[in-house]
Amino acid sequence: MNFYIDPAFYVFLALAVIPAAILGFTGHRIKYYGLAASLAFLLLLFGENAEGMLAFLVFLAVACAATFWVLSSWKRGEKSLWKYRCALVAVIAPLVIYKIGAVFDHNLMGFLGISYITFKAVQVIIEIRDGLIDHMDFADYLYFLVFFTPFTSGPIDRSRRFTEDANRVYSKQEYADLLARGIMLVLIGAVYQKVLGTVFFHYFTPAPAGDGSWWSELGEQVKDAYMYGFYLFFDFAGYSLMAMGASYCFGIKTPRNFRAPFLATDVREFWDRWHMTLSTWLRDFVFMRVVKSATRRKLFKDRLHTACAGYMANFMLMGAWHGLTVDYLVYGAYYGTLMGATDIYQKKSSFHKKHKKKRWYKALQWFITINLVMLGMAIFSGQLHTVIGGLFHG
Amino acid sequence: MADNSVEEGMLNLIEEVCDDDVIREERDIDLFEAGLLDSMAAIELLVGIETEFGVEIAPTAVEREEMNTVNKIIHQVQIRYEGN
Repeated sequence: MNFYIDPAFYVFLALAVIPAAILGFTGHRIKYYGLAASLAFLLLLFGENAEGMLAFLVFLAVACAATFWVLSSWKRGEKSLWKYRCALVAVIAPLVIYKIGAVFDHNLMGFLGISYITFKAVQVIIEIRDGLIDHMDFADYLYFLVFFTPFTSGPIDRSRRFTEDANRVYSKQEYADLLARGIMLVLIGAVYQKVLGTVFFHYFTPAPAGDGSWWSELGEQVKDAYMYGFYLFFDFAGYSLMAMGASYCFGIKTPRNFRAPFLATDVREFWDRWHMTLSTWLRDFVFMRVVKSATRRKLFKDRLHTACAGYMANFMLMGAWHGLTVDYLVYGAYYGTLMGATDIYQKKSSFHKKHKKKRWYKALQWFITINLVMLGMAIFSGQLHTVIGGLFHG
Repeated sequence: MADNSVEEGMLNLIEEVCDDDVIREERDIDLFEAGLLDSMAAIELLVGIETEFGVEIAPTAVEREEMNTVNKIIHQVQIRYEGN
């Protein structure tokens, strides 16, 4: 049973919320019920897929062992960096092996939700090293990893925030408010994904350029890129809202994933608004670390060069994470370049500095940004690949 | 380095990152809302704090609301600087 896709999921979800609501309204902690419900949902998710179930259990065992091994080293004051590095490698390895296997059409160690559980496990280990997590209950850790509503595709929550919510006892009024908001979010998300997403997908009809005049062909391609962009937004933002809403019913305030991304006036702002829990995760655990270590070692001559290298590493990794294919790697390089270029332009251009507060300039920036974003969508969906392939082979 | 020079050094650093001297006057405005800082520039700021003051603030240690104005940023550096 696939979450948020099979109609049966919604029936089970509605049933599962009833005991959570009773606990919530009677001033009880929902945590242990939520953990049990999550495990039951994961059984439904993996169902008859024994291979996926096995890969998931192996991952879980590795993550638990690695994390508590590092935690005990930090607690004792030993703070062993080699243990920390081994633990990181151990939790990242299954995802890397899975992604490489996918290139050769083999499913090695993969299971639904492997990426998102990996992000969460990595966050915990890094924050133990940073000294931000010095104590962790096993049940809390397990619940964080297996909590079912954002299990398959996020949003990516953070352990300290999650655990605080999980251990909270809400007042009747607080829980009523949370439940009402949760149900609203699920309904809005369903409209986004099932209605609007479906409509835009209907108008996405990619094809190699035909024999028409160049501007009508270009117009057709631009239309497809926009339709795909809107489809992807409503589909993924809709899913994210549902996952967020369902979490609220269990007393967990899973963070939002999108904030009107198409209103961004530059690509940096776009990434502050699009798939936010992934971009902030990458910012905190990749970009930041790359920039810091490069700055310390003085690898680049100034901050701007360092930032550009950081952006490139960050977005190439994001592209590779989507899949080791030409389209996704080009997509990563595209945003890596754009982010660096935007930074250089905004810091160096006197034209930008002079006009940045003016309304016409902001409108122009928005127009350029949304078209750059839609070009990114055309790379991501493989549309550009089809068009370029068509030019050579057509 | 006394408190005052931490403050002065931080003002220089924030001015450099935000690229606007308005931050010296408007010390309580939300830098993110004012468009003076974005999440990427905030990281440059943390790196600058570490290299210039030796104060390490892990990227996920402080919530954005606790570090979104000039005064709050300086405060976060000072409490850690004094702890050294």
